[in-house]
Amino acid sequence: MEKITKETVAYIAALAHLRLTPEETERMTRDLGDILGYMDQLNELDTTQVEPMMHALEMTNVFREDEIGTPLDRDQALHNAPSHDGQYFLVPRILEGDTA
Amino acid sequence: MTDWRWADAITVRDAVSAGTVSAEEITRTLLDWVDEVDRKVDAYTQVWREEALERARNIDARRRQGEPLGPLAGVPIGLKELLCTRQGFTTCASRILAGFRSPYDATVVRRLEAADAVFLGKVNMDEFAMGSSTERSAIKVTRNPWNLNCVPGGSSGGSAAAVVSGQCAVSLGSDTGGSIRQPAALCGCVGIKPTYGRVSRYGLVAFASSLDQIGPLTRTVEDAALVLDVICGKDPMDATSAPLPAPEFLNATRTGDIRGLRVGLPKEYFTDALSDEAREAVLNAVKVLESAGASVVEVSLPHSPYAIAAYYIICTAEASANLARFDGVRYGFRHPDAKTMEEMYDLSRTAGFGPEVKRRILLGTYVLSSGYYDAYYLKAQKVRRLIKRDFDQAFEACDVIAGPTSPTPAFEFGAKTDNPLEMYLSDIYTISVNLATLPGLSIPCGLSRKGLPIGLQLIGKPFDEATLLRTARHLEKSGITDIGRPPLA
Repeated sequence: MEKITKETVAYIAALAHLRLTPEETERMTRDLGDILGYMDQLNELDTTQVEPMMHALEMTNVFREDEIGTPLDRDQALHNAPSHDGQYFLVPRILEGDTA
Repeated sequence: MTDWRWADAITVRDAVSAGTVSAEEITRTLLDWVDEVDRKVDAYTQVWREEALERARNIDARRRQGEPLGPLAGVPIGLKELLCTRQGFTTCASRILAGFRSPYDATVVRRLEAADAVFLGKVNMDEFAMGSSTERSAIKVTRNPWNLNCVPGGSSGGSAAAVVSGQCAVSLGSDTGGSIRQPAALCGCVGIKPTYGRVSRYGLVAFASSLDQIGPLTRTVEDAALVLDVICGKDPMDATSAPLPAPEFLNATRTGDIRGLRVGLPKEYFTDALSDEAREAVLNAVKVLESAGASVVEVSLPHSPYAIAAYYIICTAEASANLARFDGVRYGFRHPDAKTMEEMYDLSRTAGFGPEVKRRILLGTYVLSSGYYDAYYLKAQKVRRLIKRDFDQAFEACDVIAGPTSPTPAFEFGAKTDNPLEMYLSDIYTISVNLATLPGLSIPCGLSRKGLPIGLQLIGKPFDEATLLRTARHLEKSGITDIGRPPLA
């Protein structure tokens, strides 16, 4: 595999919504390089004929009765939100404009 | 006079059910001991003193009224920080979930409560269960009761340390790559990771969904069987819980012998990576089984050397997806400086997650990212299949596999924190069991020269926890698993 660079680490950090300081980027580049280098040993194995194990249990179509249950009430669902107005979760404004 | 701090769960529930002691007295004794000894051990992250005493009084009152009590009547239990409870907080030992109050109880918590258990509080862990030493907790460091300068193992380090130091009879942990069995080995108690699907994961905050399982840590094998009886079984809230009838594990543990049992020793587990004293202790335990009529065969798990690489691809991929839910919107930490949506995500996650969690999110994001998916994630899933096949083949020649739980006894604080890869390697014997979805049990089999516990791991066929428990019970009866109590003054 190709060597992992600081630019790659910065790119995946952006994908993962994490901000890294220059020192952290340096450190993560080294750590990820070590770990991915270790993982490259998997390439010693010929797996062309092997079916990937996509599921832990080979179960398909787990059905249940379509019964009416009791969902969380709104107060409970909002209880842990950092910001809400009693009806909705509130987040920073996304669109430009005057209306609140 | 029974010292209730060290009593096993079955002794407690028999005494409480018979009324020879009150649940309140036991709860109070344990809570007082927690106040005293946890200043050294630091296993608990929350102690629910008043609630526990009230619950115990309620159990006592129901007994006096002649009501039948549940199979865990009055048994003091500690819960890992990642199990959802309406009571107290559910923080996963992470800053990002500080102050989180779950609106519902995990299925295992509901089942324990219905069995009349008494929750004393919650116990420490590595943040989001990512670690092998509990040093990655954002709350505090938990110490090994046998040597306060050593780690308790992880990620269920608080669960193991609490049981071993007399601060609860039973704790629940979770195991993604060894997180029940490795701390059980390093602290010296019984820990079982059930087969994937045996126990509902509803209310277990997800780390790697195809690997996670909840299981008990206990002082005796019978207690592990009893707790498993209570928590196992199909749950409509978890589609991956297996639709199998609940076997009677306690009954299976108590009955039958191990004559004719075929014990497999994987040659790949007894290499130079294993410390001499661990090898000696494990082989000594195997001899005990042999003298009781079991036969020993050498088996091979040829893909074992690839397990850690495959595991850290699969578990970090799943973790990066699972932890994407922490966005600062519905729950968890939101950074006060965030002015835009982008900043809300970035600043909240950056300040909320610790370094090991970030490392794993980055790794998981990388192996799933465009251009690398086939080379890493798909490749790892193929190797996972090869590892499962190794076990399938080995189990044609044997009924149970025996080996070490951990390559070494407990290590000192800081010994592996600077080198993540070295920390990952400490799970070398436990990880493939999760990849293959099998049940695994760790039980003490001796003390090292420095006086630290050594664990024996038994691995079983899918859904054959009963054979593991029966085999472990036999070792327990022989006396070989009795390592005494840690030297806590």
